[in-house]
Amino acid sequence: MEMAGNLILLRMVIAVVLIVAFVFLNALIMGYLERKLSARIQRRPGLMEVGPHGILQLLIDGFKLIGKQLIIPKDADRFLFRLAPLLSFVPVVLPLMVIPFSSKLQARDFDIGLIFILAISSLNVMAILMAGWGSNNKYSLFGAMRSVAQNISYEIPMLLSLLAVILMTNTFSMQGIVQAQHKIWFFLVQPIAFVIYIVASFAETNRAPFDLPEAESELTAGYHTEYSGMGFSLFMLAEYANMFVVCSIATTLFLGGWHGIPLPFGEYSGAIWFLIKAYGLMIFMIWVRWTYPRTRFDQLMNFCWKYLIPFALVNLLVTAVLVKLL
Amino acid sequence: MRNSGYFKDLYVGGKSLIIGLGVTLRTCFLPQVTVHYPREKLEITPNYRGHVELVKDPETGGSRCIVCGMCARACPSGCFTVKGEKKEGEKKKTLTVFKLDFTKCSLCGTCVETCPKGAIRYSMDYNIAGFTREEFHYDLIKRLEEKG
Repeated sequence: MEMAGNLILLRMVIAVVLIVAFVFLNALIMGYLERKLSARIQRRPGLMEVGPHGILQLLIDGFKLIGKQLIIPKDADRFLFRLAPLLSFVPVVLPLMVIPFSSKLQARDFDIGLIFILAISSLNVMAILMAGWGSNNKYSLFGAMRSVAQNISYEIPMLLSLLAVILMTNTFSMQGIVQAQHKIWFFLVQPIAFVIYIVASFAETNRAPFDLPEAESELTAGYHTEYSGMGFSLFMLAEYANMFVVCSIATTLFLGGWHGIPLPFGEYSGAIWFLIKAYGLMIFMIWVRWTYPRTRFDQLMNFCWKYLIPFALVNLLVTAVLVKLL
Repeated sequence: MRNSGYFKDLYVGGKSLIIGLGVTLRTCFLPQVTVHYPREKLEITPNYRGHVELVKDPETGGSRCIVCGMCARACPSGCFTVKGEKKEGEKKKTLTVFKLDFTKCSLCGTCVETCPKGAIRYSMDYNIAGFTREEFHYDLIKRLEEKG
């Protein structure tokens, strides 16, 4: 019995180490893709200097950021200011524990996996508010307030759209949701929920066109204006990890998770399909970011309350009725 | 409410969003328009106004300058130092000093216009940077010899 307990502990430790490593790797890949794709869209070459086609640039940037001085502004709330980047980083790492990369590659399959992810990832708002408040800077505080307002409003359509899928699968377990899609992927059954989820996830991750919390032309960098060195890079890591989490949820709930054309070692190589789908969605997010201008704050709120929430509610109701009837 | 309707807004907005995505997708596959500067260079337009330089006389191999001093007099900022001497047995003066203080020059081009012999022209140098003021005091005779 004790042996088994130790093994489970060992498994968890290995999983956490791998997940943290993955978060850093993900930031490198996403940072590179973001800069290269934005360059392509603007018809310029982008990173070219460090390594072939600049692939080592992000690594060098990482070293540079580690070496930088950590500056705490005068009159800042030192405790909150230091705590905020850590608190922003941890909640985006935890959801990766329950994401089913393949039928066996998963740190832990909770029965309440989806609720766990959503509960943990909403903590991110706290970190942003702390960073904005602790910086003693009006732009930081504006950015943080916008972020909180935006995240709280967009969580509603996001949850409602996910709930429509849950009504069909009858389980919150991530693995169970994937298995329920072995016949048909849910984005075909629930296209409206899928679109609503994608739009809401843009707002949840503070990505363009909903990047008001860090609108650089108005608020310099928003809530992380005063951060330097690793404080700043933890926020960036968290942003990219957050993108990965929302895309993984979309992949798990709507795009059939690790289902795909069967590969050898299917129990593990399903992860390839999972990553292809998740990164496909992330590339779509980058594409959108470099296409659309930023929305105004009233447009953002109007869109959420006038369009997303009513549509999500109607969709949920119709789903409930159909599930009951069929 | 405005004169557009709830569903019409949704339709028109959604359509324009998709068109926007199409536009950026298309530009992704168009050729790049920027140049990798230190490795690739664009051709400079012949009208480019760099700092002035002396024109080489193909017959003598030296400068066409007759040391009339028109350029030095015409220059509004007094950039030029022109000196010449009359060697024995020669009819014309020969040029001994022709210096340009580029820190004062505003590239107005009056010197190029006034030169009766067309001995001054604009150079094509755009890559000029230096650490001291003196680096921009050009000795144009030396420059002509080095170039030739």
